[in-house]
Amino acid sequence: MARKVLVLGEVRDGSLRNVSYEAIGAAKTVAEGGEVVGVLLGASVSNLANDLIQYGADRVVVVEDEKLEQYTSDGYAQGLLAVIDSEQPEGIIFGHTSLGKDLSPKLASKLDSGLISDVTGIEVAGGNIVFTRPIYSGKAFEKKIVTDGIIFATVRPNNIAPLEKDESRTGDVTSLSVEIKDLRTIIKEVVRKATEGVDLSEAKVVVAGGRGVKSEEGFEPLKELANVLGGAVGASRGACDAEYCDYSLQIGQTGKVVTPDLYIACGISGAIQHLAGMSNSKVIVAINKDPEANIFNVADYGIVGDLFEVVPMLTEEFKKLKVNA
Amino acid sequence: MNIYVLMKRTFDTEEKITISGGQINEDGAEFIINPYDEYAVEEAIQVRDAHGGEVTVVSVGNEEAEKQLRTALAMGADKAVLINTEDDLDYSDQYTTAKILAEFLKDKEADLIIGGNVAIDGGSGQVGPRVAELLGIPYVTTITKLEINGSDVKVVRDVEGDSEVIETSLPLLVTAQQGLNEPRYPSLPGIMKAKKKPLDELELDDLDLDEDDVEAKTKTIEIYLPAQKAAGRVLEGELTDQVKELVSLLHNEAKVV
Ligand SMILES: Cc1cc2nc3c(=O)[nH]c(=O)nc-3n(C[C@H](O)[C@H](O)[C@H](O)COP(=O)(O)OP(=O)(O)OC[C@H]3O[C@@H](n4cnc5c(N)ncnc54)[C@H](O)[C@@H]3O)c2cc1C
Repeated sequence: MARKVLVLGEVRDGSLRNVSYEAIGAAKTVAEGGEVVGVLLGASVSNLANDLIQYGADRVVVVEDEKLEQYTSDGYAQGLLAVIDSEQPEGIIFGHTSLGKDLSPKLASKLDSGLISDVTGIEVAGGNIVFTRPIYSGKAFEKKIVTDGIIFATVRPNNIAPLEKDESRTGDVTSLSVEIKDLRTIIKEVVRKATEGVDLSEAKVVVAGGRGVKSEEGFEPLKELANVLGGAVGASRGACDAEYCDYSLQIGQTGKVVTPDLYIACGISGAIQHLAGMSNSKVIVAINKDPEANIFNVADYGIVGDLFEVVPMLTEEFKKLKVNA
Repeated sequence: MNIYVLMKRTFDTEEKITISGGQINEDGAEFIINPYDEYAVEEAIQVRDAHGGEVTVVSVGNEEAEKQLRTALAMGADKAVLINTEDDLDYSDQYTTAKILAEFLKDKEADLIIGGNVAIDGGSGQVGPRVAELLGIPYVTTITKLEINGSDVKVVRDVEGDSEVIETSLPLLVTAQQGLNEPRYPSLPGIMKAKKKPLDELELDDLDLDEDDVEAKTKTIEIYLPAQKAAGRVLEGELTDQVKELVSLLHNEAKVV
């Protein structure tokens, strides 16, 4: 059954987030041969429409308004509802990002529809679009289907494969004018705390430090390793509580959930609440001086040793690998 | 100030998950107030203490949730309401829960509604914003700070590590993020007092709802545990060799770098 599926292109610092390309990949599965329509909202975003098309969107609808410069649930909902009204889609896919998590339930409620959040896999089975998602912080999984109304889902970054970029693809870009009004929440200021560069929840490589890192300076070697691998630095709550780093880096049950290709845990014991945020990573490496540490039970590869010795050596070895590559 | 807290009873974070008969096995498991809802209860108490008013904690669930509601009362909430759906609903989703909560809240003239930003079991984070939308009030999710001045509200919202300072006004729904506060432990006198505080129990009937009004829009067709990971390899030998071996394994075997 061919469906028309909308995908919200999420813009950050002037470019599209990776998860939006993954959302297009997801939308292709949901569309079952139907049309995938990208949606862009912002003050000036139409220049990004081609990126959505080259990653697989068939066409793009752009809503531009000064009031959409920053995300607010009211402003974005008005923009999207106008697009939904004119397109009448049978499916909608967002990234399961801060924005996606904030906006999708409001929209689902407005549309009187279901919503399947934080999806890590999609398949067509038995005539249904079946979504897989982690529950109990990744300790179990469920498969879910939509039984009534629009097929609406948010996809977790790093889990659904995007399509190859195809620079020869073309498609229509249309703009829809929407009067954005009555914003009830006003953003006065944005305080940047997250580290510059690679976004933790989207990073392909995460180098995480725990209480074993021992100080703020102790994170330096981890940062160097992350840099060499083009990855991001994360942390356990132990490290955050000890003020070695900002809480924005915390991974786990009460922090971020990450599923990178490679997770390197340095001086982290592997408490169950930490595992909740990273156990679904593709490959896990543990560096810990205690051979009994629980982190070794989830690690694919482990080195028992002092992280201050091991991490710099690893950085050097990876540098060599990059030079030879 | 008329404050409502949306609370869910969840598995303890330490619990191991097992499955029996296609369902998560609850036998013998420890249950707690969803950790994010604990921040919500604490914040509600602090707001009440600063501005006056009353805190009512509401939970949709079954009889067992009385225990967590009593805990919230022992922390300092004034009243609790359990909307018991055990006899009425076999299956529910976030649409269901939000619809029930909104129906309950619609004539309560709440100034402030606080929930957790996500429940650690289902992990969808939908209920808060859905309830706000159904009530027609604004919401701010994942907040780490709340300041109320008359009907003006200033909140700080965590956005993937960055902070947004947001101005809005009451009535308002917010969802709590870690960092909002340090939830208190119930004190002994608190626990004693909680026993006498009102804990009302309602069913769908009492809200003039029937099953069809709140029928789920999604369905779980399978629950399973993640594949057991093959035992990992702890490397051996000289440290320099281990490091070389690790890099080679990541490059050639796991192919992740
Ligand atoms: C409700 C709740 C929610 C929680 N949420 C989270 C969460 O989201 N995220 C989270 O991470 N935790 C969370 N926790 C806390 C969790 O239980 C642990 O306390 C925390 O993860 C421990 O952090 P850690 O591993 O860094 O510290 P520790 O457990 O102290 O471990 C430090 C490790 O470093 C090793 N080490 C020390 N020095 C070195 C060295 N030089 N070289 C190599 N190894 C070294 C030690 O052997 C040890 O294994 C939560 C707890 C609760 C109760």
